[in-house]
Amino acid sequence: MKARILVSFKDSVLDPQGQAVRNALHTLGYAAVRDVRQGKVFDLELGDISRAEAERLLPEVAGKVLANVVIEKYAWQILED
Amino acid sequence: MKFGVVVFPGSNCDADAYHAFKDALGQPTTYLWHKDHDLQGVDCVVLPGGFSYGDYLRSGAIARFSPLMQEVREFAGKGGLVLGICNGFQVLLELNLLPGAMLRNKRLKFLCQYVTIRVENDRTPFTRKGTKDQILRIPIAHFDGNWYAPPDTLKEVEDNGQVIFRYCDPEGRLTPESNVNGSLNSIAGLSNKNGNVMGMMPHPERAVESILGSEDGLVVLRSLLEKIS
Repeated sequence: MKARILVSFKDSVLDPQGQAVRNALHTLGYAAVRDVRQGKVFDLELGDISRAEAERLLPEVAGKVLANVVIEKYAWQILED
Repeated sequence: MKFGVVVFPGSNCDADAYHAFKDALGQPTTYLWHKDHDLQGVDCVVLPGGFSYGDYLRSGAIARFSPLMQEVREFAGKGGLVLGICNGFQVLLELNLLPGAMLRNKRLKFLCQYVTIRVENDRTPFTRKGTKDQILRIPIAHFDGNWYAPPDTLKEVEDNGQVIFRYCDPEGRLTPESNVNGSLNSIAGLSNKNGNVMGMMPHPERAVESILGSEDGLVVLRSLLEKIS
């Protein structure tokens, strides 16, 4: 089974890296880009577990380890059964 | 007073801290391996600077799960003294022993330089030897030192007197320029509510001998001795 976890800063938290990327895009002439938020993608390959187990495991892994919930939010999805 | 310096894979200020507490402060000091479950009867745990586990996921994020951290958490819960320096501060945040989190420095640069910090609270085990508003010159070396907390947490930290140090200019003024990494309210060091756990980004263990350029770090080290005398 394949799954993906996305981790990014909460909307209330300033993202200096995203800002730097936005500024670079503006310098390159992409004026239409209003804002950029940078985050992390984790692609996980899961062993022989059921979909229900994966649905329990993914938010646990994301909330406990992959994201620091003081500053970050996460989203997860199962890509392939 | 016995000090224990925790060693994680990737710690790189452990030997500096060991030298500072053992030789500059003249106290019995031991290394504590992160995989052990034994604090060896130390009176103060020091989490040193470095890049525990390479900081690949987030600074301090993996070190937090090291076996010894269970003992450190219990020790802190019973009022034991815990000092986290730089990466050690980041580990204490990830452990939730201190409030908030670290963001990347505001200008996205690794900063390695001397800074001046102001003592905000001199009634803690870490600053008893200092005086309020005293200015210390101590080096920093970090990428993620931009301390952040949600507004309610920040208010609590300020109201409880948990702010121990703030970045300031050489005259003690808080300016945008002196707040080198962009930390909220220029916070350079803070404690837990009980005052027995402190994290600071500047490295007091690198400022304990005049030959190193500053002895101001001794204010922190000597304060720790004051507690039992």
